[in-house]
Amino acid sequence: MAGKNPNKNNKKQESEQPLDPSRRNLLKSAGIVGAAAVGSGAASNVIAQDSMRANSASSPITREALEVLTAEEAETLEAICDCLIPSDENGPGAYEARAVHYIDRSLASHNKGVRENYMVSLEAINNYSKQTRGEPFYRLIKDYQNSILSGVQTNKVPGCAPSGSGFFSMVRSHTIDGTFCDPYYGGNQNFVGWDMIRYPGIRLSASETDVAQGAALEPNHQSAYDHETYTKMASNMAMNRRGGNSNA
Amino acid sequence: MPRNLPKTDVVIVGMGAAGGVAALPLTNAGLKVTGIEAGGWLSPRDFAPDELRNGARNWPQSVQKAATEAPTVRATSDEKAVQGGHPMMNAVGGTSMHYWAQSWRLNPWDFEVVSATRERYGADRIPADSTVEDWPVGYEELEPYYEKVEYAVGISGQAGNVKGRINTSGNIFEGERQNEYPMRPLRASPFTDLMSEAARNLDWNPFQGPAAITSELYDGRPPCQYHGFCNKGGCHVQAKSSTAFTTIPKSVDSGNLDIVTYARVTNVVTDNNGKVTGVDYVRGNETFFQPADVVLIASYAYENVRLLQLSKSRAFPNGLSNNAGQVGKHYLSHHQGSPVIALFPRDLHNWYGLPAQGVAIDDWADDNFDHSDLDFIGGANLWVHTDRKPMSAAKMGTFGKVRNWGSKWKKFIMENADRSNVAYIQKTTLPYEGNYLDLDPTVKDPMGFPVTRITARYRENELRIAEFSQDKMEEWYRAAGAIEIQRTGLGNAMGATTHAYGGTRMGNNSETNVVDRWGFSHEAPNLGILGASVMGTSGARNPTLTVQALSWRTAEHLANNWRSIVG
Repeated sequence: MAGKNPNKNNKKQESEQPLDPSRRNLLKSAGIVGAAAVGSGAASNVIAQDSMRANSASSPITREALEVLTAEEAETLEAICDCLIPSDENGPGAYEARAVHYIDRSLASHNKGVRENYMVSLEAINNYSKQTRGEPFYRLIKDYQNSILSGVQTNKVPGCAPSGSGFFSMVRSHTIDGTFCDPYYGGNQNFVGWDMIRYPGIRLSASETDVAQGAALEPNHQSAYDHETYTKMASNMAMNRRGGNSNA
Repeated sequence: MPRNLPKTDVVIVGMGAAGGVAALPLTNAGLKVTGIEAGGWLSPRDFAPDELRNGARNWPQSVQKAATEAPTVRATSDEKAVQGGHPMMNAVGGTSMHYWAQSWRLNPWDFEVVSATRERYGADRIPADSTVEDWPVGYEELEPYYEKVEYAVGISGQAGNVKGRINTSGNIFEGERQNEYPMRPLRASPFTDLMSEAARNLDWNPFQGPAAITSELYDGRPPCQYHGFCNKGGCHVQAKSSTAFTTIPKSVDSGNLDIVTYARVTNVVTDNNGKVTGVDYVRGNETFFQPADVVLIASYAYENVRLLQLSKSRAFPNGLSNNAGQVGKHYLSHHQGSPVIALFPRDLHNWYGLPAQGVAIDDWADDNFDHSDLDFIGGANLWVHTDRKPMSAAKMGTFGKVRNWGSKWKKFIMENADRSNVAYIQKTTLPYEGNYLDLDPTVKDPMGFPVTRITARYRENELRIAEFSQDKMEEWYRAAGAIEIQRTGLGNAMGATTHAYGGTRMGNNSETNVVDRWGFSHEAPNLGILGASVMGTSGARNPTLTVQALSWRTAEHLANNWRSIVG
């Protein structure tokens, strides 16, 4: 499975350095390195370009904005998700699955009740990171990030809502949702989550032979909404679209 | 003022598992029935195989009436009750659209807990603070109605006792049946075979459980496709025998059933003589009065009780049918938590399983074993099933082997996602003094009506069964080769649940019960109540089939005794 991720090596380097050169260049080209004020438009470009990199093997992502999170919140959250379900020698993780994209959208819909907890906690984590390490969380090396996140889980980072452990447990749960959900909701991009745990995919019918094969069954890589029966709108039915980028 | 509608013979409040069954014998008898339903019609197109939609997004419940009036919960009367979620859904077919569809008959013992315990072990074995009574109806009297429902909606299963002939492939402890199930049980799987063999090695009696799911072509509906999205999801091929696909369309076809959707009943109206005259309901921005000769309340247990408590009148100043003060009493939530979780050393092949495809053990349920040297009465049904989905699989416990995030955890779930199993253990639960439903003094629904407040907690008897059954469950898992076992806590507060009982209990004594042996009010003779709110004990298994058998019986009684009930 590790071989499936063309970006794995880059990702690995980035996570071990304070600021990956390629990311620095990216930020530079977006005009926000050293800038006091961060324009949301420019920041969205950064996220979009990051996203394109993550998905270079598949179709490029077009016309995509953050629904709820600010650019800095998204970047902080992405670093957290990458600690929780890392991209590592065992293959892609929450980053490639685009768990943050899922969480951002979910905060505009079924998770909107906990928006405040995200905003407050992500800021608290960055504040703590700046105080103790001199940099916002998402610029730290992975070891430091893991150590701070442990502190969140054990209530040692002040200011999280509803509490450190409460926020940790919620963000862990949402990161799993975003990594293993139907790709229709913006996560589990390219089915990396389902492949990770060898889930052979949604089938409308499973025979005894299918069941007997277990994880040896060939993954079919389909969203529920690749089946015409379930397409959301009648107008979608003719388009035969693949799951992945639609609004949740 | 509500707009007056033309009179109908019978109003049924709620077109779910109970009301949807009751409609059939009534309309077959030629009675005109109006079903008032808070939800709408759903179709197989609405049931995508989508774990997130069924779970975290909680569709369609999250956008419905029930979600706006979820009960508040507290363990004891000196605590403040906190509002949680509502476990049920509004739709034509109700929660029978998306339940697990396990369809059990109760054990004969569950109908006579008091007398059977007194006889076998002595009266002092009945917990002192329990308000349990024998049912006014025994298993034998309900047996024909169980069978009518099994055939009308379509239940698959393996009988264990037909006319006294014991079949060890079925449940040898079940009450005597007159006939087989209409369909063979759902198929076995590598995991159910593993667990069945382990149980037989322990000298226990495993069997495939009964389900309201087709195992073969039945009544025009195709067999189950085993894709496995039953839990909080409807069936994409109508293999799940919801009333929405069985008894309700048949009733509609008779020409005698009208269903009003997206309508919420706010009041059951009574005259000064204490007879009900119809119901007020709100639909959109309009309020209607639907007059009827008979009203059958068939919403969920919480809403049945709440509607009675809200329907105050001159004849019933404390709520309808509540002059004896029994509405809301004898409430219980089934003890169905406190699972045991196992880790196996190899894949279990459960990615395409369903909650109703499983193996049951009844050796430790009800009074199927000697309790002489034990400190509780009743027992538990042990159930293992094959349901597994990717998000919940990734949220599996780690059995203390790794921290629950990071690279080591990721490696753990990559290896073990298809290797764990969570047992479902349903336990005998009794009613007690101090466990009750009333109207919350402060929390209201968007229309301004108070929501239901649950004040209830499990007692020693339930907690002892929980511990005992966890021991048995662990023994079973170990016998099947489990390498790690995790147990969960034994339980405390009785939260809002899919298995809620009591509040309008059925019994001959009008001082301690709300409805009589036929399901009609002791105080308002043309008011009937359907649902588990009439049940006085839970048994150790899912309530729906018993609810449906009782509903059929109440409806048939009404049709056969129309003149005396209408008066």
